[in-house]
Amino acid sequence: MENQNTPTPSELKTEEFVVNIGPQHPATHGVLRIEATLDGEIVKDILPHLGYIHRGIEKMTESLGYKQSIFLTSRMDYLSAHINNHACSLAIEKAAQIEVPARAKAIRIIMDELQRLTSHELWWGSCAMDIGAVTPFFLAFRDRERILEIFEANTGNRLTMNYIVPGGVMNDVLPDFVPNLRALIKSIKDYRKEYDQLVTGNFIFQHRTQGIGILTKEQAISLGCTGPTARASGLSCDIRKLYPYDGYEKLDFEEVIDYGCDNWARYVVRMEEMKQSIHIIEQVLDNFPTGEYRTKLKGVLKLPAGEYYQRVETARGELGVYVISDGGAKPYRMKFRTPCYSNLGAVKPISVGLKIADLMANMATIDLVIPDMDR
Amino acid sequence: MIKEELKHYLETNFPTAKVEETFDFPLLFLTKEELIPVLTKLKDAPETRFNFLFCETAIDRNPAFEMVYHLTSTYYRHDMMVKVILEDREKPEIESVYSLWEAADLYEDEIYDMFGIRFTNHPNLRRIMLTEDWVGYPLRKDYQDDRMISL
Repeated sequence: MENQNTPTPSELKTEEFVVNIGPQHPATHGVLRIEATLDGEIVKDILPHLGYIHRGIEKMTESLGYKQSIFLTSRMDYLSAHINNHACSLAIEKAAQIEVPARAKAIRIIMDELQRLTSHELWWGSCAMDIGAVTPFFLAFRDRERILEIFEANTGNRLTMNYIVPGGVMNDVLPDFVPNLRALIKSIKDYRKEYDQLVTGNFIFQHRTQGIGILTKEQAISLGCTGPTARASGLSCDIRKLYPYDGYEKLDFEEVIDYGCDNWARYVVRMEEMKQSIHIIEQVLDNFPTGEYRTKLKGVLKLPAGEYYQRVETARGELGVYVISDGGAKPYRMKFRTPCYSNLGAVKPISVGLKIADLMANMATIDLVIPDMDR
Repeated sequence: MIKEELKHYLETNFPTAKVEETFDFPLLFLTKEELIPVLTKLKDAPETRFNFLFCETAIDRNPAFEMVYHLTSTYYRHDMMVKVILEDREKPEIESVYSLWEAADLYEDEIYDMFGIRFTNHPNLRRIMLTEDWVGYPLRKDYQDDRMISL
């Protein structure tokens, strides 16, 4: 009992300590481990550790044929499986110069946009849950289920569809696809009002997101961010507008850009994107073409030697498929530039200096999908 | 600039470097020493302004490695590729581009993990996906693993 004097505030020191968030943590939505250095409740440093779901997809493609590689891409970003298949198919079609029938293109766009809706709906629910509201999660899953039912009926799968293949789509859609979809869209429009009532107009939610997690445009460019994360910082990067593919150039839709740079802006961008997706689907349904759904291809596909790069807009950003062919039946190397991997870099700069609860909110609005980073 | 203009621009401004054309982008071959000065120039020059590194990867052309940089400009929306060939298979080493684009931090971690290419002046080079004691670099063409199962 040598020092019995009470310490003055300047002598009260807190110690920095390291907390492992994950790999099994509900807020990381998968197996991501974040080594967070904390000072009390304030985040001082962040170091992400990946690899808990690394399957070596890039290595596996080197021993599979081009058509087989499609099935691996569904497993990368399982919330954008259609769009991943689409990217890989487009890269192969571009290299082999395969023409795709008009009906297949229309089906692809509808499936892509439905997939974007399911992904954003799931994100909406889980984002609200990360911030502390549980009810939206159930609403999101209820509505997402309706779209998954359409996927299941037409493609046979709910999560890893493998439906979009080189040359078109695997099977034609069911005869009642168009009327079913119209009914679905009508109900989605009604549901969206509930979303706004429940979360968007919520005072607590707004206070938890507005002004938190600022990612400036310069940072977004330097970090290679794409998708809604970058568009909420005022960077125009929608691949559907900049490098249109499969008929997006003929459709009327807007690239949603917000200049708020914070969590709220990222929330608003995704909510608006859902509206645009519905608008796109309605346009395609109005002129739904008839005819072939797939071009017949040879059993073993060989691409001419060379390098091909194809990018598409997934629900999370720019997905690039970089195919290096040596003229054989298997790719020499295939690289997937996935959106979540570069968006992960944004977590540190926007979270340092904030409280640990805001770190969860930041990760929620960046919308990380772990298998997409690990591949 | 469109693809042909950009190719012409590269040929006139970097006469010592080889310029090729791939299916999508013009391709510029650089040496290890030229990499940072030329990329800095491409990033800052008012005609090009390649300020966005959207993909960085490596290819194992056994025995040499190729480093591939995909650049785009958010001002003009033109794209290009830069390649650097690394001959030394035992100790491949190249300067990090982290000073130009922060995105390189994660990209280069992955390349180091999968190909074993070392990056100098990288802020925190680590095996991001595999464990620190993992033997070998999986995306190399001569990688052998006894535990690999062929289906």
